[in-house]
Amino acid sequence: MEFYGTKIESRLLLGTAQYPSPDILKKAIQASGSQIVTVSLRREASNGKTEKTGQTFWKMISDLGVRVLPNTAGCHSVKEALTTAHMAREVFQTNWIKLEVINDNDTLCPNVFELVEAARILNEDGFEVFPYTTEDLSVAEKLLEAGCEVLMPWGAPIGTGIGLNNEYGLRTMRAHYPNIPMIVDAGIGRPSHATLAMELGFDAVLLNTAVAKAGDPIKMAKAFGTAIEAGVLAREADPMEPRDMASPSTPVLGTANFGASPFHEPK
Amino acid sequence: MKIIVNSQPVEITADNLKTVLTELGYEDGRIATAINGDFVPEGLRSKTPLNVGDRIEILAPMQGG
Repeated sequence: MEFYGTKIESRLLLGTAQYPSPDILKKAIQASGSQIVTVSLRREASNGKTEKTGQTFWKMISDLGVRVLPNTAGCHSVKEALTTAHMAREVFQTNWIKLEVINDNDTLCPNVFELVEAARILNEDGFEVFPYTTEDLSVAEKLLEAGCEVLMPWGAPIGTGIGLNNEYGLRTMRAHYPNIPMIVDAGIGRPSHATLAMELGFDAVLLNTAVAKAGDPIKMAKAFGTAIEAGVLAREADPMEPRDMASPSTPVLGTANFGASPFHEPK
Repeated sequence: MKIIVNSQPVEITADNLKTVLTELGYEDGRIATAINGDFVPEGLRSKTPLNVGDRIEILAPMQGG
């Protein structure tokens, strides 16, 4: 699997926010097997006023040897997203950017119109854009035309843990663009949701809250890593198609007849 | 002069973005800067003069989803 020419083994992209402590975050990343973690930019107090938590955080992430995917979380316009992306590129020294342009704070739904415009400008400026989008095919088409080589449709609104809210839409999107790397981003609450995403043929999942807010984030991180591996294996193994009628799995040939009702005789 | 740093009013003596970072104690570590909503790369900070009322954002790495 490749994102913008970079080979990636792990199909789990893990967010770094909301963990009970930095130590638990570090152990959760290690337990998940993730090679890519998402990060952001926020204000930090100047020297002497408070501890420089951002610099401490950055050292911890650097020491883990994982790739970072900076986000533009909190941006509501093209202008905000562009400024944040440029600041992130300088701080994190990567052209990768998880592009979020949010429409409203209740749903954290992407503003797809501003998203496409921001993606176009950033791609032209040498960024490698990972757009947080919906499963709408017309938006996907515009993002690809804007130069995106990866798409990140939402599973459900950020932080809800609902899972794959529109499985039909996601399945259609996967089928429509079989060769575009696609990551289900946001809304995943349980490892089974991640397994389903992989069974549907998505290349990876990106999640944060489901691990960070679990009672045991380290164990949940491992559970997600395992669940994703299971989903990939299942996809490769070509699952059976569901059917309406029951069909005995135990051979009927040679079944004993104890004189029961003819309605119960094997057919 | 008085400027706004991360939404807080600050009285400074520095006259460009590079020196104001030193004055405010941001000289170490990874940070990025913007003035009045526009990104200012590190290499341009010393050439970026400050004016009264400028709004400066100084951002650092942070946890994110």
